[in-house]
Amino acid sequence: MAGVSAATDTETSQPPGAESEERDRSGSPARPLRLAIGAVGVVVTVYLACNIFLAFAYYPQWFLGSKLLIGALGLIVGIGGSVLFFWFLNLCIEGLPSRMSEGVIPYAFLLPGFSLIALLLLYPTAQTIIYSFANNDSTDWVGLANYQAIFSDPAFWSTLFNNLLWILIVPILTVAFGLTVAVLADKLSGTGEKVAKSFIFLPMSISFVGAATIWGLVYAYEDAGSSQTGLLNAIVVSLGGEPQSWYQIDTLRLNSLLLMVILIWLQTGFAMVLLSSAIKGVPEDTVEAGRMDGASETRIFWQIVFPQVRPTMLAVFITVLILVLKVFDIIYVTTNGRYNTNVIANLFFNELFVSRQAGQAAAVVVVLLILVIPVLIYQVHSFRQQEANR
Amino acid sequence: MSTMKDGRRRSPLAMITMPVMVILWTIPTLGLLVTSFRTREAAASSGWWASLLDGAFTLDNYRELFETTSMGSSLLNSVVVAVPATVLPIMFAAFAAYAFTFMNFPGKDLLFILIVALMVVPIQVAFQPMLNLLGPNGLGINGEFVAVWLMHTAFGMPLAVYTLRNYMATLPGSVVESAKIDGASHFQTFWTLVAPMSSPAIAAFATLQFLWVWNDLLIAKLFLGGGANKTIIVDLQQMIGTQGQGEELLTAGAFISMVVPMIVFFSLQRFLVRGMTSGSVKG
Repeated sequence: MAGVSAATDTETSQPPGAESEERDRSGSPARPLRLAIGAVGVVVTVYLACNIFLAFAYYPQWFLGSKLLIGALGLIVGIGGSVLFFWFLNLCIEGLPSRMSEGVIPYAFLLPGFSLIALLLLYPTAQTIIYSFANNDSTDWVGLANYQAIFSDPAFWSTLFNNLLWILIVPILTVAFGLTVAVLADKLSGTGEKVAKSFIFLPMSISFVGAATIWGLVYAYEDAGSSQTGLLNAIVVSLGGEPQSWYQIDTLRLNSLLLMVILIWLQTGFAMVLLSSAIKGVPEDTVEAGRMDGASETRIFWQIVFPQVRPTMLAVFITVLILVLKVFDIIYVTTNGRYNTNVIANLFFNELFVSRQAGQAAAVVVVLLILVIPVLIYQVHSFRQQEANR
Repeated sequence: MSTMKDGRRRSPLAMITMPVMVILWTIPTLGLLVTSFRTREAAASSGWWASLLDGAFTLDNYRELFETTSMGSSLLNSVVVAVPATVLPIMFAAFAAYAFTFMNFPGKDLLFILIVALMVVPIQVAFQPMLNLLGPNGLGINGEFVAVWLMHTAFGMPLAVYTLRNYMATLPGSVVESAKIDGASHFQTFWTLVAPMSSPAIAAFATLQFLWVWNDLLIAKLFLGGGANKTIIVDLQQMIGTQGQGEELLTAGAFISMVVPMIVFFSLQRFLVRGMTSGSVKG
């Protein structure tokens, strides 16, 4: 209900000062010269910018074949072009009668951003859904055949099961580690806290491919008897165990769990940073009141601090969950889905580029899209709530 | 129990646990760094920790990496990809955020909810149609830098609009109102007032977007490919499959691929934290 009332508010309420503005501008008639110059300017800017960008691709020799020059020019044309574009657009719309111009200008400012979104996100999404009902070169309808094909493949269900494990395990553990680190770091001295947080935050800047390389050295396996170069096997052997080829052990999906460790390692810093700032945002007097009542530090944490950081925990949880649903790179570069470690995004990649089953690949993406919908609804809902409280 | 300078009590639990966590979180990366300075024979015969004792390090892997592989040119490609792809979404997103924050118009709520929803949609949904559209049967720009700039600009747009709009909503509306009364156009108000005041949020988005673009594998692999224009991440991914000759270069290559984002990360950490806490994710 909050969302509905917020929506009607926006449409009826006037910003303060709007009345005086009406008085000032109501008389201004159309200014055809501005309108014309603005319109011509918009068209010319767009035409030139598009052609220069296409020239980067079609005629690299015009730019001496230099990547750096192309990059620098791309930056200049991109920034300059968009400033000019908006300037002309603003001029053009100001040339309209003022009543009309005030109504049109918001849409004009949204136009470029939303054009890109429509062209590169909305249109392709619709097209992919259509492809999922068509054959591999999209020349004929096949009804539900693509879906039947993927659903009847046991490998698909195994993949879906792995995704479910990732969803159940990674976000929870990331939030738990992040909270632990945030709470403990808060109890260190100022310098200690800063240093400790920097080290745990650092993996945030490392790519999934880089992280997989790093953890490859941890999980490396040499034959029993020879010297182990992998950290994990070295520890196992020094404790008297047998070295294991970790990525190949799918008992209890151990290999998937080990791959999850990589993502948790990458994301804990992110969770820590957000939770740490939430903990520091807890009003001191609420904690002080607990101390006055003689509550223990543990009790103060669970009964006073924890409820106040819960919204942030939920936000971090959802953000990591969204990331986990799309997880691809880590699996692609380590096992490529072998040994029962496949996930949906990797299945899609292999259907499309290895098996060349474009129709089934589209169907896999649609399944992924459907999995995302509950999260999407939740996000929209919580956004509306947040706006209502603003 | 002893107290710290600021009068808080020391926590033995934190003082023991935190160093352990820091070591656990750092050791994997340290292992990569150390290995990258070892010869192939040494790396194959013992764990990296062994070399900490005998101290036999070499720079050969790095020298060979730049002399015999495409890593040097891939590093340059990554810069050419990442800098424009970071900057280009900002202007478009900032104007959209301005409209969402300071103007009232029919459909505003619906359009902004579309932005919120699109932040969740997996980018994989766009790949097949975009490969057709940008490929040889379409525009024919696939494999060129322009193609990935375009993709990253569009895919970064929802997050950029969302982050900037959330920040602009905290700016005092009276400033914009008074500029209006003084007769400033929306363009002038944006350019001279709102854009400069939003610079922290712009820096925050730019830091997040740079890290995301630099570290991206999928878009780079599909829309730039593994040829002369490949990014350093795609190059690294290709190296991971290498067996035998050249295997020892992998760790050096991985480290080189991390240097630029780490520099950006450490110098702009302040903005990154602010971006994450104040806008892009919120409770």
